[in-house]
Amino acid sequence: MSAQVEKMIDMIAKFVGHTAKKLPDDVIAKLEELRSKEDSALAKVIYDTMFRNQELAVKLNRPSCQDTGVLQFWVKCGTKFPLIDDLEALLKEAVVKATFETPLRHNSVETFDEYNTGKNVGKGTPTVWWDIVPHSDTCEIYTYMAGGGCTLPGHAMVLMPGEGYEGVAKFVLDRMTTYGLNACPPLLVGVGVATSVETAALLSKKALMRPVGSHNENPRAAAMEKLLEDGINAIGLGPQGMGGKYSVMGVNIENTARHPSAIGVAVNVGCWSHRRGHIIFDKDLNYKITTHSGVQL
Amino acid sequence: MVEIKDGKKILTTPISAEDLKDIKIGDIIYLSGSLTTCRDVAHRRVVEEGREIPVDVRNNAILHAGPIIRPLENDKFEMVSVGPTTSMRMEKFEYEFVKATGVRVIVGKGGMKENTSNACKDFGAIHCVIPAGNAVVAAVCVEEIVKAEWRDLGMPETLWNCRVKEFGPLIVSIDAQGRNYFEEKKPEYNANKDKALEEIYKHVKFIK
Ligand code: SF4
Repeated sequence: MSAQVEKMIDMIAKFVGHTAKKLPDDVIAKLEELRSKEDSALAKVIYDTMFRNQELAVKLNRPSCQDTGVLQFWVKCGTKFPLIDDLEALLKEAVVKATFETPLRHNSVETFDEYNTGKNVGKGTPTVWWDIVPHSDTCEIYTYMAGGGCTLPGHAMVLMPGEGYEGVAKFVLDRMTTYGLNACPPLLVGVGVATSVETAALLSKKALMRPVGSHNENPRAAAMEKLLEDGINAIGLGPQGMGGKYSVMGVNIENTARHPSAIGVAVNVGCWSHRRGHIIFDKDLNYKITTHSGVQL
Repeated sequence: MVEIKDGKKILTTPISAEDLKDIKIGDIIYLSGSLTTCRDVAHRRVVEEGREIPVDVRNNAILHAGPIIRPLENDKFEMVSVGPTTSMRMEKFEYEFVKATGVRVIVGKGGMKENTSNACKDFGAIHCVIPAGNAVVAAVCVEEIVKAEWRDLGMPETLWNCRVKEFGPLIVSIDAQGRNYFEEKKPEYNANKDKALEEIYKHVKFIK
């Protein structure tokens, strides 16, 4: 193994470990804002607990939630990035390393054989989604811990065009009252609008990698993000689904063109403990972290 | 025993039916004393196989959870991280479980249904939720792991009998009168949703 590969494994393992213990800056800021806007005793005590937990996690150097999820990586890798050939194997290695160093819970069960590998890696885990970027020598990586509770509400289907964007809104809101309330609100809701289930589903996960408070560049899609956000807030789920003025940290929509006869739609949610990270490497493995301030790898 | 300390309502084991009389759904309480983790297979053993539970939970509390434990020397253990798991999985067993064991406080995540609310009413018990995702807060409330039984079930399913101090906050979701917080909230959420959708529909007629 080359020294550069080892170095990158080490840095990613450390970064993943860090994301288990500290939430991204934008999530913390949004939780602070929502906390200050709730006035019921119940909502307040839940937010107080959440903030005390995050402080203790850093102080005692432990994962803040016991469910450290399945690791998922979305890479946008330049074709000229020197470690492109090693990347997928290296990410797997980094997850094993982080599992023992952090420590992370063992969350990778081989399907059909139904045993836990005990290392957080298995067939196809960690998940790696590739975007190849031509003429570039940098590598951008989004990291995500997909917990069980927040993965459960995920859903995709294909609507008939007659159901329109009204159908999209109903699809999303129905999911919030049935599954969302048990997924540890306030949630970040990712929505994909495309043609088929898998295109919509992947977009709904990529939507969760966008910063809290960012908007779709299409004005109508951005308007719909706001409508859905206000609508889900109005349901009144509050923190932990126990009631409150705010149910979500935001709604992010990602979209592509569609077949004229189909509207593929999918929803994915991140829980209040939205452990996403974003790191960019240049060809010499100098890095920039955009999600977490003050990290030294 | 129930007492108010620094504005906190604290239940200390052993707990009597009388102690639960004035506790209502939506109340915030804390628990001190004996708390034992107990989940799927342990419920099955008690209810389906009729086995006697090897930790005495009568007048004490159980927690639906599978913790991360660090073994220390001399058969001692440390609680590293503990968070509630979905209580609904135990719903099927809970009436018989409460009847057989005499447990007074059940702690978990999310709502439960009639089996549990009937048990709470008939035998004098409550179900509470501890806000999930707060594994460190919960773990530091554990003063000592007193004993571990049914270890053959593996770390997550073992009955970890803990001595806890002011474990919480616990939000009462089913009280000893059988009222159910989540079930009472549901119609409200659904009505709010229908109203919100009507408003959204007015602004998303993009297909013309
Ligand atoms: S939904 Fe999120 S915060 Fe809640 S238990 Fe699962 S991973 Fe933790």
